[in-house]
Amino acid sequence: MHKSWWKIAAVVLLVYTIAGGFLMNVPRRFILNESIRNLYFHVCMWLAMMILFGVSVAYSIKYLRTQQYKHDIYAAAFAGTGLFMGLLGYATGTIWANYTWVTDQGQSLGTILKEPKLLGAGIAILIYCAYFVLRGSFTDIDKRARVTAVYNIFAFVMLFPSIWIIPRLVGSLHPGSPGNDSGNPALNFNDLDSQMRIVFYPAIIGWTLLGVWITTLKIRIQFLKDKAMLQ
Amino acid sequence: MSSSQKIYALFKKDLLLEIRQQYTFYGILLYVACIVYVLFLSVNEPDAPTWNALFWVNMLFISINAVAKSFLQEGRGKMLYYYSIAGAREFIIAKLLYNIVLMLVMSLLSLLTFSFFLGAPFLDGIKFTGLTLLGGISMSLVFTLMAAIASRASQNAAIMVIMGFPVIIPQLLLLIRISKSAFGEVFKQGVVSQMVFLLIGLDVLVLALCMILFPFLWKD
Repeated sequence: MHKSWWKIAAVVLLVYTIAGGFLMNVPRRFILNESIRNLYFHVCMWLAMMILFGVSVAYSIKYLRTQQYKHDIYAAAFAGTGLFMGLLGYATGTIWANYTWVTDQGQSLGTILKEPKLLGAGIAILIYCAYFVLRGSFTDIDKRARVTAVYNIFAFVMLFPSIWIIPRLVGSLHPGSPGNDSGNPALNFNDLDSQMRIVFYPAIIGWTLLGVWITTLKIRIQFLKDKAMLQ
Repeated sequence: MSSSQKIYALFKKDLLLEIRQQYTFYGILLYVACIVYVLFLSVNEPDAPTWNALFWVNMLFISINAVAKSFLQEGRGKMLYYYSIAGAREFIIAKLLYNIVLMLVMSLLSLLTFSFFLGAPFLDGIKFTGLTLLGGISMSLVFTLMAAIASRASQNAAIMVIMGFPVIIPQLLLLIRISKSAFGEVFKQGVVSQMVFLLIGLDVLVLALCMILFPFLWKD
């Protein structure tokens, strides 16, 4: 936690992402046009969310194995940041959909947003909101840590059908649904070219590192609050 | 006693308790009757998609009510007693079995009352019945684990609903989608069986998670 090189790396990568993302050349795709630049933000948010949720589950498993309270703090902090990233992913996706999915046939954004893929993502967010509601319902700290760790593992597993499997089975405007024949449930790799990849991959790392950074700060605050209990 | 005997004993205890008290059974029966009667008075004979949606929402609420009781009725002292006579896995298997049996009966009953009052718009009765049973099993599995988690929290009935609803939505969506095939909607070859297998796969997954995770909830 005391090494600083990865924080510097996060800043450098994000400066590169924002500068390169807005200034470098992108392929002109039908409908997408310049809005394809949102790939560096929207898709990365969801990937960072999945990675952070994954780390959270790893700490939950670790808690169940070792019963050390600090692992519970880790798990909760990572889940919280993951949820925040998910909400940002939703927000960036809404902006994107507003410019690409709404046609000029009198549709409003409201009708567009009733999409299976978006509902799946909404469910994912609800599952993790339930995780925090569950956390709030306990007074006993050990019990809270154990029970929420169990729910966290279960929630993570149930996340896969809701955001990776179900949207694959039903038609959607979102890239990667049936009829979009890219095979990937989240994005259409055919739309990317090598020039985009040199920004896209660093962007994923940059946003994930930023998420981890935010989480470590939250963990440190929690450690200070619970100082008496951890010793 | 071997573990299968223990499972059988625990399962029998739940079943006997149910037969003697007849609280859940008639409670849920009344619940279904009330729902169906209200629906009958308000929409009479709904068209197929509405019928389908109403039926599965009804199933969702029934399964929550039926399954929630299984853990809520066990007090702290009783749990301590079970702890001394059986292992965590045996206990959860017995609970799962009992809840599955309960939900199978409840699903069939609600299907009957639904078809009696609201009409039966499905074309393939056997297929839809099978799907109802599969749906009942899926829901009872998920909600058993949710009830086990909720029984550890205070205000457990509310918590169970909050945790259970988002988690069950994927399965519910799948069920509603598959049941459309029983209403005569034409699917691409093999898609329906693929979705049924996905549902069964999810059930197996939930079952495995119950086996792995319940021992951690067991110890207090």
